Amino acid sequence: MADLIKVGMADYKVGRGPSKLISYGLGSCIGISLYDPQTKIGGLLHIMLPDSSQARASDNPAKFADTGIPLMLNDVISLGASRSRLVAKIAGGAQMFAFANATDIMRVGNRNADAAKQILRRNGIRVIAEDTGGNYGRTVQIDLDTGVYKVKTIDRGEKDI
Amino acid sequence: MTDEYDLTPNQLDALREIGNVGAGNSATALSQIINKRIDMNVPKVALVPIETVPDLVGGPDTIVVGVFLRVYGKAPGNILFLLPQKSAFYLVDTLMGREHGTTKKLDFMDESALMEIGNILSGAYLNAFFNFTHISMLPSIPALAMDMAGAILNVVLVQLGQMGDRAMVIETEFLAEDDGINGHFFLVPDPGSLGTLISAVGVE
Repeated sequence: MADLIKVGMADYKVGRGPSKLISYGLGSCIGISLYDPQTKIGGLLHIMLPDSSQARASDNPAKFADTGIPLMLNDVISLGASRSRLVAKIAGGAQMFAFANATDIMRVGNRNADAAKQILRRNGIRVIAEDTGGNYGRTVQIDLDTGVYKVKTIDRGEKDI
Repeated sequence: MTDEYDLTPNQLDALREIGNVGAGNSATALSQIINKRIDMNVPKVALVPIETVPDLVGGPDTIVVGVFLRVYGKAPGNILFLLPQKSAFYLVDTLMGREHGTTKKLDFMDESALMEIGNILSGAYLNAFFNFTHISMLPSIPALAMDMAGAILNVVLVQLGQMGDRAMVIETEFLAEDDGINGHFFLVPDPGSLGTLISAVGVE
């Protein structure tokens, strides 16, 4: 039985196949997976916010796209993954409640998705699949044996990206 | 932000008491609408790590119905009324005069009814708050979503996440006499509002 490792909000985990990494109930948050298909090493990061420089000091770099991604990247590389082979998939970034006069903070999902892609690109990581936006929650799971990124919803079914 | 959260036991008690009066008002309102006795627990006033908040309602992947209202005024914040899916269906059946177990999915009318409940509970709650603190606070129109608890709670948590790693939540659990309904009422003051509330109560 392969390990199923839980990743909480504002947290990340790394590992290798046949482990699976899962994060439950993402709304505006983003689940960012990294995967090296050759060594079957990868990671899953659950970020809440795009940018640590727009926030007060935090003890937790995994909360932000700009500080969390380099952190996870370092860890998967030191486990033995190759930066040039690593590919990323992202899911989440919903706006759960529709308000006519939605404030910036309510649209944080979009900004999270944009920031995640930009920071991955800046680090030389290709984003090969994405399932973002909408107004519904997602549970995401990366299978480190196959690299399949499973996105589950409550009434829009589940899909592999 | 650490300073704002650095409360004395008396101040925590004061917050709990405000929460108690607010929730009591809300429970009475709900009880009158559905004509059943509503019990509530003593409000939890707790400073918790942000990532643990979804555990208060059964974990991030529990399916809940959430009614969300923004609170405007001198001490802005967010209100979130969360009902487990089963409770929400039961409440809707009660409100619509249908036999329990009828609702399997929320239609437009059901959603509207639940939002109205959120509205009434928030109004009752904030009224009590006003009587206590003389800070007038107005709720926005409600918004509703049925989804995973983690996803719904994201809405209030990201805002706090920008300011720190912990959340001050004032939470009350409602229970109907026949166990058909239990709900969680959260008042989550914006960063900065807590100080305003505390000084309004005038407790050292």
